[in-house]
Amino acid sequence: MALQFTLASRNLFQDRLRFVATMIGIVFSVVLVMVQMGLFLGFGRMVTTMIDHADADLWIVPRGAKCFEDPSLLDLRNRDRAMAVDGVADAVPLVIGFADWRLKSGEMTPIFVVGADLRDKTLQPWNVVEGKADSLSAQGAVAADRSYFGRLGISGLNSTAQIRGHDVKVAALTDGIRSFTTTPYVFVDLRRARNYTGIPAQKASHIIVRLAPAADVERVRQGLQAFSSDIEVLTPEQFRDRSRSFWLFGTGAGAALFAGALLGLIVGTVIVAQTLYSSTKDHLNEFATLRAMGSSNQYIYRVIIHQALLNAVIGFVIAGVIGAMVVQATAKSALPIVITPTLVGGLLLLTVVMCVVSAIAAIARVTRIDPAVVFTR
Amino acid sequence: MSDIVVETHAVTKTLGSGAARVEALKDVSMTLRAGELTLLMGPSGSGKTTLLLILGCMLTPTAGEVRLCGTPTAGANTEDLARIRREHVGFVFQSYHLFPTLTAAENVQLALDVRGDRDRTARERACAALGQVGLAHKIRSYPRELSGGEQQRVAIARAIVANPSLILADEPTAALDGRNGQGIMKLLAENAHQRGRAVMVVTHDPRVMPFADRIIEIEDGRLTHEQPGGAKRVRLPKATAFGA
Repeated sequence: MALQFTLASRNLFQDRLRFVATMIGIVFSVVLVMVQMGLFLGFGRMVTTMIDHADADLWIVPRGAKCFEDPSLLDLRNRDRAMAVDGVADAVPLVIGFADWRLKSGEMTPIFVVGADLRDKTLQPWNVVEGKADSLSAQGAVAADRSYFGRLGISGLNSTAQIRGHDVKVAALTDGIRSFTTTPYVFVDLRRARNYTGIPAQKASHIIVRLAPAADVERVRQGLQAFSSDIEVLTPEQFRDRSRSFWLFGTGAGAALFAGALLGLIVGTVIVAQTLYSSTKDHLNEFATLRAMGSSNQYIYRVIIHQALLNAVIGFVIAGVIGAMVVQATAKSALPIVITPTLVGGLLLLTVVMCVVSAIAAIARVTRIDPAVVFTR
Repeated sequence: MSDIVVETHAVTKTLGSGAARVEALKDVSMTLRAGELTLLMGPSGSGKTTLLLILGCMLTPTAGEVRLCGTPTAGANTEDLARIRREHVGFVFQSYHLFPTLTAAENVQLALDVRGDRDRTARERACAALGQVGLAHKIRSYPRELSGGEQQRVAIARAIVANPSLILADEPTAALDGRNGQGIMKLLAENAHQRGRAVMVVTHDPRVMPFADRIIEIEDGRLTHEQPGGAKRVRLPKATAFGA
């Protein structure tokens, strides 16, 4: 092991209390940034979950629609026009909207109705764990997620309730289709979705377009866009970006998450900088001795940087373990924290940068060191 | 005649400024030769440490010239001076200044490490240096596990491991009892006489005088006396330079 590294590690572990304080600072900072960024990613995924699970090559949405849940409507005649465009294999209307769910107890709770033509299988409930998605074609059949049992006052398949005064029965149960809002998604047949949301028969929320094999997406998109200025034609990626942009930045939620992450970073940097500085100050005599022995400033900087990197690696590993537990704990929650390999890599880099930046004050201190002090102490 | 390792000519050093301005060294000229142990003696505040710092390239003179192994130090920046130190000078400090978190061998090896000597022989050389000072059995001991005399021996091993031309020792026996002090001086004298190094010891301790080849006295920043080790002191005129 390089002697600089030995010196750095022993300096680091010599004062255990300070080492613990440093670790608390780094772990607090990294976990906070990890949670905030994990929430950001989780939120980003949650807001596009319907778009992600739809079998769509293109989306026709009302002009200016900000997200999947946007209440704007478009004229259903756009569907017929779309079908006439070369390269379009199918154009399927989608009806979505808020409705009231009346529990057996008489209590009301808001739900978000997702209605698609079940024969087209463009947007069906996924992760069906009980019952069948096909059974939604039956009168009054709905699909709900089992995480909302309490909220919807249901206990399983065949539970009953009312939506907008219409009797409904749970015909399929899903697992993990959760809304980032507190409003449960309820899947129904397209026709009944109109009844539950009050959207008239000549209107739709969105139209899902499927292309013929070998059709050029961009050419079809331009062809669809040409026939009306009241609509926008988006690729799934564009629609996802737009939804994310609205929910994360249009609402300020993303900025709040970033602000939290930044705060964590600042707190971590300050704590590590303080402990590293005080450690360096305590070892000034040793650094002066090194200097008297003829070591270059670079040599001393490397000892401090090694110390900072050790802090970073140990702190990151501890934070990683805590982060994994947090991810596990929130996996089934309304807003799961999502940690991706890219985020882990980014956080490691950020931790290293934070610790190395924290070393600047310590380095600035030893730069001014006078080796002659070893003769007076 | 021995080879000259350090040579100073008309060195003056002024410290502080304004009312606090002090002329710590005045017109000091001297030489240190390979194979000689020189004692520098003088009362507190006489300029001993300032001279040691200048000879050890930790300070540059305000005026005058210093040559270490033929290299003039004038105009050198702090990194240049550090390079000269690590190439030519070994220090022994009064308070040892060992690294408490490193073993004896690691403390000694550090002197090689700062020079960039990190090959497999570095550890062996450090252990050999500890063997030279009689501490072969203590290579894995930490400073806290060593007596004062042993710690100073480790410091000497650290000073000699990189084979410097010059060893500067600042009160190396001040914190030691008589027996340990004698042992340390014997080691320093051996390094001068058998290994051909120039050794200068700054001291107040008259017990070390028998080990010296030369004794130089300093007072008020001027070299005042020089005598051979154990010989009758010779009074020198105030402005007279010692040396070559």
